[in-house]
Formats: sequence, C-alpha cells, structure tokens
Amino acid sequence: MSITGQFDFSVVTTGAYRSWLVSGLGLSLQLTAISLALSLPAAATVALMRLSGIRALRGLGTVYVEAVRNVPLLVHMMFWYFAMPELLPQSARNWLYEHDAESVCAVIALTLYTCAYMAEDIRSGVRAVPVTQLEAARALGFGFLSSMRRVILPQALRIVVPPLVSQTLNLWKNTSIATVIGTAELMYQAQRVETDSFRGVETFGVATLAYLSVSLMITAFATWFHHRFPARSP
Amino acid sequence: MTELIRNYGVYFLIGQFPHGPLGGLALTMLLGVAAVLLALPLGVLLALARISRRRLLHWPATAVVYVVRGTPALMVIFWAYFFLPALIGHKMGQVTTMLAALVIFNGTYFAEVVRAGIQGVGRGQMEAARALGLSHAKTLRWIVFPQALRNMLPSLVNQFVATLKETSLASIIGLQEVSFIASQVNSQVVVHPVAIYGALALTFFALCFGLSRLAHVLEKRVAVQRLELPQADG
Repeated sequence: MSITGQFDFSVVTTGAYRSWLVSGLGLSLQLTAISLALSLPAAATVALMRLSGIRALRGLGTVYVEAVRNVPLLVHMMFWYFAMPELLPQSARNWLYEHDAESVCAVIALTLYTCAYMAEDIRSGVRAVPVTQLEAARALGFGFLSSMRRVILPQALRIVVPPLVSQTLNLWKNTSIATVIGTAELMYQAQRVETDSFRGVETFGVATLAYLSVSLMITAFATWFHHRFPARSP
Repeated sequence: MTELIRNYGVYFLIGQFPHGPLGGLALTMLLGVAAVLLALPLGVLLALARISRRRLLHWPATAVVYVVRGTPALMVIFWAYFFLPALIGHKMGQVTTMLAALVIFNGTYFAEVVRAGIQGVGRGQMEAARALGLSHAKTLRWIVFPQALRNMLPSLVNQFVATLKETSLASIIGLQEVSFIASQVNSQVVVHPVAIYGALALTFFALCFGLSRLAHVLEKRVAVQRLELPQADG
C-alpha cells in the first residue's frame, strides 16, 4: 500500500480475501438481525415496566436503562466475554465454548445495549399519545394491557418507528465493536485481510462501502416510512 | 478486591505516568474533553454549511455528514490510524490519531444537533433581525445562536456522554486508556475478571451517569424557561 501507488481492488474482491470479507458481512448481518429480533420485545417489556403504576417495576426498569446506557458497548462486550463465563456453572460454560462463544456473547451484549435505547424510544413514543386516550380506554372497561395494545400502541407506532429505525442503524454500526472479543464479523475479517495482504486502502475501502450501503438502506427505509406514515397530531 | 486496588489502583487512574505516558482514567477524561471541545466548532461549521443555500457548501457538507454517520466509529478510527499519516506526510502519535478520529466522527453528530437547534429557532426571529438592519452573520451571532444554544444544550451534553464512551475504542489501536489498562490488569491477575471488568463498568457509569443527570437537569430548566418566555417566535 502506498498513497501514490496504484490501488488494486481486485486483490480483495477475488479469491480467499473476498470469501473472508463476504463471510464477515454475513455474520454482521446475522448479529444485527438476531439482536434486533431479541431487542424489540425486550424493549417493549422494559418500556411498559417504566410506564407501569407499580413502583418496584418502574424502579427496576430505570436501573436497567441507566446502568446499560452509561457504560460503553466495548466494556459490555468485554464483561460478557471475559467475566460472565466465570460466573456460570461448569456445564453451562462448556456449552458456551462449544457453541461459538464469541458470537453468543456479542449477541448478548448487543441485545442488552440496544434494548435499553429502544425501551426509551418506545416509552417516549407512548407518552406522546395523550393521556386522555388511556383514560377513555380504561373508562370503557379495557384493562391496562389491553388498552395499551388496542388503543395506545397503534397510535404510538407511527411516532416510535423512526427512532427505532435509527437505533437499528446504530445496532448495525455497533456490530463492528464485536471484533474486540474476536467475533469473526466484517470488521474482524477486514483486519485479518489487511494484516495478510497489506492492502489497507483496498480492504478498508471495501469494508467501509459495505457498512455504508447497509446504513444507507436503513436510512432510506426511515425516509420512506416518514413519508408513508407521518405521525398524526392529536 | 482491596489487594487489587492497592496493586493496580494508581495504574488504573493514570497509567504509567510519571514514568511513562499518561494513561488510564485521566487519559480517558482528557480525550473526551478535548474531543468535544474540538468537535463542537467543526459541528457548527458543518451545520452552517448544511443549512446554507449555497450548493457548493450544502452538498459537500451533507455528503460528509451522511458518509461519516453511516460508518462505524471503529472504521473512522482505522482510517485515521492507517491513512491520516500518509495524507499529512508524517507519523502521528496514537493520542493525536484517536483525537482526530473522535473529532471527525463526533463533529458530524454535533452538526446534526446544532442544525436542529438552529432550525428550531423560529424564522420570524431571523426575519425580524434582518429587517432591523443586522447582517446575516450578526443575526446568527446575536439572535439565532443564543436561542439555539439553549434548545440544544441537553443534546450537546448527551453527545458528550457518547464521546466519553467512544474513547474506550482507543484501546483497539493500543492507546492506554482505562479499558486498555483493565484488560492488561486482567491478563496479569487472571483470576478476578468479574471484579476487574465490574470496576471498569462502574467507573464509566459514575462518569457518564453524572453527566447525563446534568443533561436531565438542563432539559427541565430549558422546558421551564420556554414556558416563561412570551411566545414571540412564529
């Protein structure tokens, strides 16, 4: 690699390097999909806890959200990968190390981290629906959960989806941090190709393009949603 | 635990200083503060370019913001690490490299915060100031900025929290900030990963939670001031 020399992108877009990068991209997409699928229901639960009338539930939700959001994702990753297995019984630890511990720990860290942010977005979306809507639903005889499901959530969804999409974008970018615990995702594979080929510009160029393309697709979805389902003012 | 603190406490706080470079928690805080102080002016310039009607300013700034915000922070750090030296022609220290990456990355995030803050000030304010004979620059300086600053103060503090958390990524390029030191201590002690990574998490929590409380207080004060202000903006 020299800044004046010729760049040869074909080195990293063919052969073994290409398959390393493609497998990394695949794992990054999987990490994003699995963590997203786990985060959404968990975030909805935490948001409901934080909105509930029961003080203990509210307190628990607040502690979780604040504890997770005020610690860097890198530290979460290191904790779940290096420290958590020590707390497990031997049998569970064996299971973990037989089942791609790097990916499992990355999913745990990404899910817990994303969930805390999404819970806050869902909570503020629900709070944006006028409280009279809930009162009216309750007066008509709906319970707390069913008025949430049938009255509040359909209205809150339009407000909540855009911030949730931008959290998904953050999740996608955050998968790159899993490289510190050796998860073989795109960033890890890019470093591996760079070390092996000394083609820094080409390798990181291709990897950046891959990250950017997925990011722009997510952003495009957000723009489309915003125009298709604008938030209604009460 | 007391033994851990006795043996590694000072190392955790300031690294090898004064026998070597400053590191540990002190470096983390210095990096965070310096990055914010430098990224904020960059953010203001980018925001002004983004809302400018001149295409030559608007389009490049918009492109930079979209590209950097679609790229993981880690990728920006690698670009700074591998290619900034080639670009400027001489080697850079690790601290400078990390600082440059943090400033570029957070500059684009500050740009969006500042842009939202400026656009949140009613158009009537700008028009009234211009009608009273103030120049465009003076209107921005004396009329728009003071009001925008108040609106965006909470978001600015939240971005500060995000920056502090991002400094942990410096450990990947071998900078001896606090999470790097925690990993080092862990590999020497081996048997106490839970205590060591727990202490690291707690350290970040104390820093970031304090700051986000500050953001919360500011948010409340801004809300109160808004209620008290006559609704002059159109």
